[in-house]
Amino acid sequence: MELEFLLAAALAIFSGAMAVTRFSAVHALLYLIVALLALAVCFALLGAPFAAVLQVIIYAGAITVLFVFVVMMLNLGPASEYREHAWLQPGQWRGPGLLASLLLAEIVYVVLPGSGAEETLQVDAKAVGTVLFGPYLVIVELASLLLLAGLVVAWHVGRGGIGETG
Amino acid sequence: MTATPLVLALAAALLVIGVTGVLARRNLMFVLISVELLFNAAGLAFIAGGAHWAQPDGQVMYLLILAVSGTETAVALALMLRVERRFGTLDVDAVSLLRD
Repeated sequence: MELEFLLAAALAIFSGAMAVTRFSAVHALLYLIVALLALAVCFALLGAPFAAVLQVIIYAGAITVLFVFVVMMLNLGPASEYREHAWLQPGQWRGPGLLASLLLAEIVYVVLPGSGAEETLQVDAKAVGTVLFGPYLVIVELASLLLLAGLVVAWHVGRGGIGETG
Repeated sequence: MTATPLVLALAAALLVIGVTGVLARRNLMFVLISVELLFNAAGLAFIAGGAHWAQPDGQVMYLLILAVSGTETAVALALMLRVERRFGTLDVDAVSLLRD
């Protein structure tokens, strides 16, 4: 499994470096998504399928959508519309699209029988859930409090302050 | 079975990329993207630990990192919107009043 992991790791590092060094936010977000997906493949190869699925759903899905919303809110007016038109040329999708299809090919290869992926010791969702709601129950409650606090703060800060225009 | 030092090396590499981004970029959006990479490096290290000892605790810690990261992103993006509205820019040097 070393080779598969090395490929996913190389993709993660490359797209991470690309995400940090891009000049437009949309390009950086595309590469960030590829890096997150590559890390999800790494998690799956390490025998943590539950974490891999959560990485795809929450990180590459929900958190990145938050970024996309903010990018959309920050770019208003005809000038930015022109700029966005330049951003969304099909040529800009090639790099992240190529990397993502490499990842897809890898995950298909790993899932197919006979690739040796079954040898890795899997810690499945049931084991995680048993521990999560056993010894770690208090931390789960604290995490829910943290999320509630984050919701309140984001709502309060995002709606604009009292006596301030906009 | 993937060797644990290899996984930790990947986590360290992502950490270095993230720290470089936080230090080098002046746009708040890219700083936040770098912070996301930092969270992922930490999560990967936890998963590596969990896989090394075949225990579910690593994934539990990853779940908690996920919650912290989601909260951080929501709050930081809301603050970023406020900075953009008030100063008309996303440059972090525009909000360095506390430093002076």
